[in-house]
This record gives sequence, C-alpha cells and structure tokens, in this order.
Amino acid sequence: MHSRTLPYLLILPVTVFLGVFFLYPFVLVAQQAFTTGAGFTFDNFTKVTTHWKFPTSFKNTLLLAAAVVPVQLALALLMATMVTNMKKGRDLVLYVWTIPLGISDLAAGIIWLAIFEQSGFLNSMMQGLGFIEQPTNLISYQSPMLVFVAIALAEIWRATAIMLVILVAGIGLIPKEYYEAAEVFGAGPWKRFTRITLPLLRPSLSTALVLRVILAFEVFAVVQALGGTLFPVLMGETYKYQFELLNGGAAAAIALIILVISIAATLVILRVLRVPKGASI
Amino acid sequence: MADISQSRSSGRFVYMSGVVLLCAWVLVPLYFLLINTLSSPEAVNAFPKSFIPEFDLGSLTFFANFAGMLSALKNSIFVAAITMILSIVLGAPAGYALSRFEFRGKETFRFLILLTRAFPLPLLALPLAVMFIRTGIDDTIFGLALIHTTLALPFSVLITFSLFSGIPIELEEAAWTLGCTRLTAFTKVILPLVLPGITASAIFAFVISWNEVFAAAVLTIENRTLTAFLLQNLDTSPLHLKFAGGFILVVPALVFIFAVRKYLFAMWGIANR
Repeated sequence: MHSRTLPYLLILPVTVFLGVFFLYPFVLVAQQAFTTGAGFTFDNFTKVTTHWKFPTSFKNTLLLAAAVVPVQLALALLMATMVTNMKKGRDLVLYVWTIPLGISDLAAGIIWLAIFEQSGFLNSMMQGLGFIEQPTNLISYQSPMLVFVAIALAEIWRATAIMLVILVAGIGLIPKEYYEAAEVFGAGPWKRFTRITLPLLRPSLSTALVLRVILAFEVFAVVQALGGTLFPVLMGETYKYQFELLNGGAAAAIALIILVISIAATLVILRVLRVPKGASI
Repeated sequence: MADISQSRSSGRFVYMSGVVLLCAWVLVPLYFLLINTLSSPEAVNAFPKSFIPEFDLGSLTFFANFAGMLSALKNSIFVAAITMILSIVLGAPAGYALSRFEFRGKETFRFLILLTRAFPLPLLALPLAVMFIRTGIDDTIFGLALIHTTLALPFSVLITFSLFSGIPIELEEAAWTLGCTRLTAFTKVILPLVLPGITASAIFAFVISWNEVFAAAVLTIENRTLTAFLLQNLDTSPLHLKFAGGFILVVPALVFIFAVRKYLFAMWGIANR
C-alpha cells in the first residue's frame, strides 16, 4: 500500500459519513426553512417570529445563557486553579468535580426537580428550620424568578464540568517556569493568575466558551424537566413545532435562528480571545 | 513569624473548605436523587422528606414494571452500543492518519472535524427525520445511532489522534525493520498500547449517545430510548417514576466517567492546539 494514498483511505470513512450526516442535513435544514411547498419564501420565518411566544423564548434563551455562562466560567477557573495547586487527593477531587460531565441534561433537570418540587428537599429543609409551615409550590407561574433560578442552578451544576476539563488541560500546557520566574520577581498568587494564567489560557478559554455558549443556546431537557411550559426556550419551541404542530418548515426556521446566534456568539468569542499572531507558548 | 504562619494556616483552611464545599455542591444533589430512588413511592410523594434513604425498592420496581420502560432501556443500550462501535471503527483510522501522515488537505479535514463541534448538532435530527422516512430507517435504533455517531465522531477522532501521537513512531519503524508489514506492525505493536485509550474513547461515545435527548425524541416514536421515553412522559408520569428513571440514567454515567477519567484531560489538551 502506498503511503501517498493510505492517509486518504483512512480518513475516507469519516469524511463520507460527515458529508452524509452532517453537511447534507445542513443543506436540507436550510432548504426546509426557506420553502413552504411553493418555492423560495420567508414565510416560515415570519410565521415563527411573529408568534406571541417567540420573543419570550428568544429572550429566555439569551438571558439564561447570559446568567449561566459567566458564573460557570468563574467557577471553572476557580476550580481549575484550586486543583492545580493541590498535592494530595487531586485525582479524587477531579473525579468528583467532573461527575456532572457524564450526566444528561434530562437527568440533571430531574435531580434539581427533587430539590425544588413542592414536596422536595428545599421545602423540607425550610420546614425543618422553621421558616415555613406548609410546603409552597416553588415552581409555578406565580414565581417566574424562582423558575429561572432553579433552571440556572441546574445548568450551572451540570455543565461547569466541561469547562473545567478544558481549562485544567489548558493550565497543564503552561510551562511551570513562568510561575517560578514570576515568584522570583515577587508576584503574588493573584498577579500570577491575571498576568500568566489568564493570558496564556486564551486558547482554552475560547474553546471552553464557544462550546459552552453553543450548548447554552441548545438548552432543552433541563427546562422541560424543571419548568415545562413555564419557561419557553427556542429549542423547546423547535420541538413543539416538529411534534405537536407537525410543521417541519417552522421547526427548521427556528433551528436556523439558533444556528445563526450560535455562529454569531462563536465569532465574537474567537475575536475577543484571539491570540496575537506569533505569540504562543 | 507567628502572624505569617497563622495567616497561611487560615488561608489553607479557606482553601480546604472551598474544595469540600465544591465537592458537596456536586454530590449533595446526587444524594437527594438517591434518597428518592431508594424510597417507596409513598415516601417520595410525602412531605417533609427524610434525609436518609429508607432502602425501599418500591420506586425501582414501579419503574421496571411501567409499560414500555424496559424496552426503552434496552433501546438506549443498543443505540449507545452501535454508536460506540461505529464511532471507533470510523474514527480511529482517521485519528491514526492525522497523527502519522502529512498529506494535502489535512488542515481542511481537521477544520471539518472541529466545525462539527461548533454547530448545534441535535438540530440535524430535523432534516434527517425526513431523509430517514425516505430511506425507510425512520424510527429505528440504527437510524438514531447514525446521528449519535455524528455527535461522537469528532471526539473519537480527536481522542485517538492524541493517543496515537503519544506513541513514538520509532516503535513502529523498529517493527518494520524486524519484518513486520505496516498492518502487522499496527496490530502487534501499536494496538496493544492504545487499546486502553481506545476503550476510553469508546466509553465516551457510549455516554454521549446514552445521554442524548433531543435527537432521540425527534427520531423515535415507537422505539423510544430511555431519555426520549422519560421526556415524553414528563407531564404525566408520577414523581417516583421520574426519579427512578433519572437515577437509572445517572448510574452508568458515574461508572463511565470514572473509567475514562485519565483520558478526559489528554483529549482536551490536544484539542486546544
């Protein structure tokens, strides 16, 4: 076998597979969004964006991402630096902190439902401490703020681990000598963090943020399990159009809208956190 | 001097309590789910909740006897297993090619792989639903496994790429000079070395498929997976069914993350470069 053709033979299966199941469906989804059976049209978009629920679900999706992602970033950075300085028990702590990585969003929603439902653990705790006499329904349309908090907490709980893993791997790539040199020159821990860790971590930070933000726009099962219809989000609307209203064109239109905001967010993150040319570890 | 050592030990105390607190943040919600799963249906719906499980299998029995649940569980396992096999069989050769060869189009290929990670992949389920109906594999375990493979493939390519890169090419070259062909050198020398890592990457693919909700819910109707089944019945199912189902979803994840923990970091480290 020639080593000229061998690599192409080896990557052929993946390329064909992604062509059929990744690139082609994207062409289809675009096609589906811009047609209603009678040629090219924006009807699907007009239809979904003028629906009374659209502004709410759009706003909810963005608000949730805006509330969750910064907290996750801060938490993941804190955890990653804590682990880096750890001598004993590092593996155990890392295992515990990365457990949520393997947990599905649906399971995470159910787990936090156990805490927030009416006869759940939060009410039980509050009653035990004497704050309330009777359990109140925490997740209802009368308390939209609490619904939001519950969903945000579940998201933070579930999806911080993915950022943590990326950041820990990134910190591992920073040469230890930089820290030693900084220490010799009298830089404290905070200064070392802001002057060495943060700038050199930029590639990892952008990977982590891009991945996380995209996933945040796709939030679906957590919301379904916790808030149900109380907190409409874009992905939930897509699901509803596809299933309950059996309108594939409209579902595809929302899908494209999610895609567009994902790409926009990705570009912004890559631009803000870009590494200057020629500068690398 | 006393001041410094005192502030250092108080700093140490803050640090340790931070670590413990963050561990509790992860573990306590899981413990609550465990309590609910190991309690009788009556206790799950009662108030106030006990903070110690009563070790009653009532909820789990109810879960096992609920119509359609066991077949959903079986479907989930099958889909995940097919995903696991497909993503390794397709992904590992590409990972090997990326680590061992310089060829034209390599960067474009890597870009395609990274691109798949930058798109909301579950959305692919919508057009594929139509495509599957045309080809007659709609509502089948295999059809869903194909989508889940798309989700898992980028990871398996990148993980196997980093695995093969970790093995010096000299080992392979030595095998060639000793009379191995490219293929036998691979099967006799390289494969045994990367097998644990490949297993980890396979497990990772399994978990990705096992946890996936949206595509599973869109693409299966009769042959629902566990996640799709639970999602569909969220409005109507009683609490103890939800919690037992959630627990069954979580358990394999716990085991699997433990099994692949060594490789989690290696693969993201390489993906950054």
